[in-house]
Amino acid sequence: MNPTPPRTLDVDDLLDNPGTRIVVCCGSGGVGKTTTAAALALRAAERGRHTVVITVDPARRLAQSLGLTELDNTPRPVPGVADSNGGSLHAMMLDMKRTFDETVEAHADPQRAEQILNNPFYQSLSSSFAGTQEYMAMEKLGQLRRSDEWDLIVVDTPPSRSALDFLDAPKRLGRFLDGRLVRFLGTPARGGAFRLLGAGFGLVTGVITKILGTQLLKDVQSFIGAFDAVFGGFQERAEQTYRILQTEGTAFLVVAAPELDALREASYFVARLSAEQMPLAGLVLNRVQQVHADLSAEQGSAAAELLEATGEHPLAAAALRLHAGRVRQRNREQRLRNRFAADHPDVAIAEVPAYPEDVHDLDALRAIGRALAGVSTVP
Amino acid sequence: MTLTSTITPGGGRARPQPAVHRLRGVSSRDRDWDGVRLHVVTGKGGTGKTTVAAALALALAAEGGKVLLVEVEERHGIAPLFGLDSLSYAEREIAAADNGGTVYALAVDAEAALLEYLEMFYGLRRVGGALRRFGVIDFATTIAPGARDILLTGKVTEAVRRRTPQSARHDGPGPYVYDAVVLDAPPTGRITRFLNVTAEVSGLARVGPVRDHAARVIDVIRSPETVVHFVTLLEEMPVQECVEGIAEARDAGLHVGGILVNMVRPALLEDSVLAAASQGVVDVAALTRGLQAASLPDPSRLAQELSKEIVEHARHMRVAAEARSRLAAAGRPCYDVPFLDDGVDLDGLRRLARELRDQGAV
Ligand SMILES: Nc1ncnc2c1ncn2[C@@H]1O[C@H](COP(=O)(O)OP(=O)(O)OP(=O)(O)O)[C@@H](O)[C@H]1O
Ligand SMILES: Nc1ncnc2c1ncn2[C@@H]1O[C@H](COP(=O)(O)OP(=O)(O)O)[C@@H](O)[C@H]1O
Ligand SMILES: [Mg+2]
Ligand SMILES: [Mg+2]
Repeated sequence: MNPTPPRTLDVDDLLDNPGTRIVVCCGSGGVGKTTTAAALALRAAERGRHTVVITVDPARRLAQSLGLTELDNTPRPVPGVADSNGGSLHAMMLDMKRTFDETVEAHADPQRAEQILNNPFYQSLSSSFAGTQEYMAMEKLGQLRRSDEWDLIVVDTPPSRSALDFLDAPKRLGRFLDGRLVRFLGTPARGGAFRLLGAGFGLVTGVITKILGTQLLKDVQSFIGAFDAVFGGFQERAEQTYRILQTEGTAFLVVAAPELDALREASYFVARLSAEQMPLAGLVLNRVQQVHADLSAEQGSAAAELLEATGEHPLAAAALRLHAGRVRQRNREQRLRNRFAADHPDVAIAEVPAYPEDVHDLDALRAIGRALAGVSTVP
Repeated sequence: MTLTSTITPGGGRARPQPAVHRLRGVSSRDRDWDGVRLHVVTGKGGTGKTTVAAALALALAAEGGKVLLVEVEERHGIAPLFGLDSLSYAEREIAAADNGGTVYALAVDAEAALLEYLEMFYGLRRVGGALRRFGVIDFATTIAPGARDILLTGKVTEAVRRRTPQSARHDGPGPYVYDAVVLDAPPTGRITRFLNVTAEVSGLARVGPVRDHAARVIDVIRSPETVVHFVTLLEEMPVQECVEGIAEARDAGLHVGGILVNMVRPALLEDSVLAAASQGVVDVAALTRGLQAASLPDPSRLAQELSKEIVEHARHMRVAAEARSRLAAAGRPCYDVPFLDDGVDLDGLRRLARELRDQGAV
């Protein structure tokens, strides 16, 4: 069976379209989301758009070349970006705790804000709860979008195990903050509402006190008391941002390595986006094995064996072994890609080669941008 | 009396923290982590923690004992490696190793651990429903700071300490149920917090069973019989995380084990050829002659194309060599875990286990 070649993603079409206002790069951890987000943003900027990229966890040297020397949660201009087409590039690194703090400050009166910020439970929630990072990435995206200062916002997503976390975590946090336990922990202890809760309540507070201690319980209660007033605003904002993600101006790109796990994760995400009516622009297959010679793996191995038997021409023998390994790897990757394409015939795909070195400077990002746009490049 | 001290299979000396890696091949059965009973395996996400932890468990079991492989991240990563559908919150035998050894596995989930804990210490049975309805389970296992970690480490360390009941004729505690426990642990970014129960617990209950429970967990984690191994790839970000993770773990008073370098590919070219090629220099004439000798068509063009592949490979190997020297500076023994061309399955794991044993890791 000869599979039909997958649809090719036209990245330039997407980036040049003034209707494209947000590009979200999703995918499981380590596949190249941050790199792809930076490369897309740079390409868009150099093609003439006023662009900002929100990165979450850039590699140190990549952060340096983006001019991100400090984590100050504000977009900063990226040095060395060509502005001949009238565009610009700003970049920022997400500081989740700070974003959370600023959001609290924006919603609460100063006294209450201080009460919240000093609460130990809040402090651990805002710095370590699984999901806060995703929630805050959404919050920051919403802020930048509402400011309307940018033609295009490119968002990198947190390094979670699953691409779906980006969509689910904010809701999970919201559900907790809005949940039953929190509601009644927040109720004043002698209130009439307690009696209605019946016997279950004693058991529940008993268990919590036993396992977690009274101090934590007190912290949670005072946190909820103070947070309640600002929380409505919070929830509403998260929902607004969520709705932005469903509009025409937003495009999701799913980034995956050409590996089974990453592509499986990408498949889940594609299905989920369509269920949520969120617009998917395509799949970026990152770090694809490059093969430069047209010689099959079998031919390569056979010739290498022949040479090894004679003991002569070790360089050619090694080159042929190397080539055979690369061809096998590429074939495996193509099989996985074709399977994905057969399962998702509507999803366009862009491939980015695996470069021998890590990607840290603007030139390397430009090379990735060209690969994304299908302009062939030599690394 | 002596039964309670550190007895290891084969009566080896306890040498949990060797200063330098033994030279390979000196003695394949001189084991670097003899005496260690809890092997914690961490690393950057996706570098191969689960795979390497499984291989390590098989390697340890090949001494002929019982080894428990535990996962705590609710990823269900172990079962598929061993060709199984799923694991539940119950220890079960999953593979036989050489010399009559056995690997058991357990997938710990925080909710089950919490219910087990409540039943064990408070005699609370069947409270799960009520707790779940009020969101307490959710609260205690995902939101309350540190509670999840202590539930999970509590279960793992319980398995490490567990002993078989001694028959009436003997005094003292019976032998350990498991000769070793291997933990497929959270990634580097969370490992120190995960194991650092003391700090976390201070925010939780300071008295009563939780306090005692925490103290027992800490005893095991801080003991020289527990080490934390780091899995990495020869790439920049994983190495960076590895080096930082080692420093952080050390500062927190944990015993750092070895560095397990995963997905190592064989060196196909000599160092001098690699060094030149990484600068873009390849002896294309020699390459052409070789291809001609192998009767391949259009040898001079093929030589040009293959030399591009050689150069890319050499640049990649240079990055890998730099990564290696950064790892060497961390001062921990390094072991190579080869890349499995055909993907990971039980046979592949057995091969990785043999490699670990050949390098004297266990
Ligand atoms: N030595 C190896 N050779 C070939 N493939 C490997 C090797 N080690 C791991 N892999 C593959 O790499 C991928 C990631 O491995 P694994 O799931 O063990 O990583 P992990 O660190 O546990 O990931 P996570 O952080 O998601 O839990 C898997 O597809 C696995 O099969
Ligand atoms: N196409 C590529 N070729 C070579 N290295 C790459 C490529 N894409 C990403 N990398 C490297 O892989 C590492 C992880 O990439 P990153 O973008 O930070 O992943 P993520 O954000 O998905 O966790 C970085 O060191 C990056 O330089
Ligand atoms: Mg990233
Ligand atoms: Mg894993």
